[in-house]
Amino acid sequence: MAEIMPLFREGHFYSSEEVDLVRVPLVVLCSVVGLLCFTPPVYAMHISEGFLPPLWCGVYFALSVPLVLLGFLQVRRMQDSHARMFLALAGAYIFLLSALKLPSVTGSCSHPTGTGLSGILFGPVVTAFLSSLVLLFQALFLAHGGITTLGANILSMGIAGPFTGFLVFQLLRRYRLTPAVFFAAFTADLATYVVTSFQLALAFPGRSFLFSFARFMSLFAVTQVPLAVMEGLLTVALFEYLKTRMGAELTRLGVRIA
Amino acid sequence: MKGKILLLFLCCVVLFFVSLRLGQHQGDLAGADEEAQAIIQEIAPDFSPWFSPLWEPPSGEIETLIFALQAATGGLIIGYILGKRSTH
Repeated sequence: MAEIMPLFREGHFYSSEEVDLVRVPLVVLCSVVGLLCFTPPVYAMHISEGFLPPLWCGVYFALSVPLVLLGFLQVRRMQDSHARMFLALAGAYIFLLSALKLPSVTGSCSHPTGTGLSGILFGPVVTAFLSSLVLLFQALFLAHGGITTLGANILSMGIAGPFTGFLVFQLLRRYRLTPAVFFAAFTADLATYVVTSFQLALAFPGRSFLFSFARFMSLFAVTQVPLAVMEGLLTVALFEYLKTRMGAELTRLGVRIA
Repeated sequence: MKGKILLLFLCCVVLFFVSLRLGQHQGDLAGADEEAQAIIQEIAPDFSPWFSPLWEPPSGEIETLIFALQAATGGLIIGYILGKRSTH
């Protein structure tokens, strides 16, 4: 950060001579919160490599691959430069938040997903594609998640989460925009881990599916609650900025902000 | 707008430390996926992972490095886009 800060002050990025009170914290805070969590050993979140029976791996691949391909086609058709800019922004947001392992009140660590913003801007199909890239990166280079469990993880983080967020946003935005953004991000984050618990309980029902589901839920979903609140707040902050500075572009993208 | 965003960040920071403080007393802040592996072993004792990662970061430090790079890349892109737009 020390090398980057002078760039901001000298106005390489910003034309105003004063350090902007909002933009700088936006970048710095994201990084600081990230660095605070980087106390080794770090841990991961999604279903780990090899921990899902082959049959279920196949089922989840079959369910998620078509949507990822559809998302890829939608992204390729995107010609508008502003749409592409938002796409990069949404993708980077998922990439950033997926790297932040945060402590939770339950005494374990987990990370937010960042898929709520993308769900609001583009809907679940494009988000499925963006998430698959992030999950593939983490599976290959961080042994986080896994190649065999990629389909299952895409289904929870890339499809179920943003789909929930998208629905919640569409339902709530008629009343007020800010709560709609907050709850879209919050539910997208939470739904991801509810689905993860569901997937694990289906694969490992033990004595009864419900008992197993409750156990995984109490681990994943409860852990995720404070993180989902944090993601909600952060997404509201970013969206507030987008709305004020890029309102016209958002409208052109099809996001109704007024 | 600025005040609102700063306030939201402040809430995030406060929530982070509250979470950290409460979490420390509850457990060792290990990853939820590792704990899930433990639950799986308990529910299905005869199950063993049938595939292992193709490559694993050789140490916790290297893993931290890659995670840091991931976060930095994301932050850089976001900062670049927001910065570029607001200079127009």
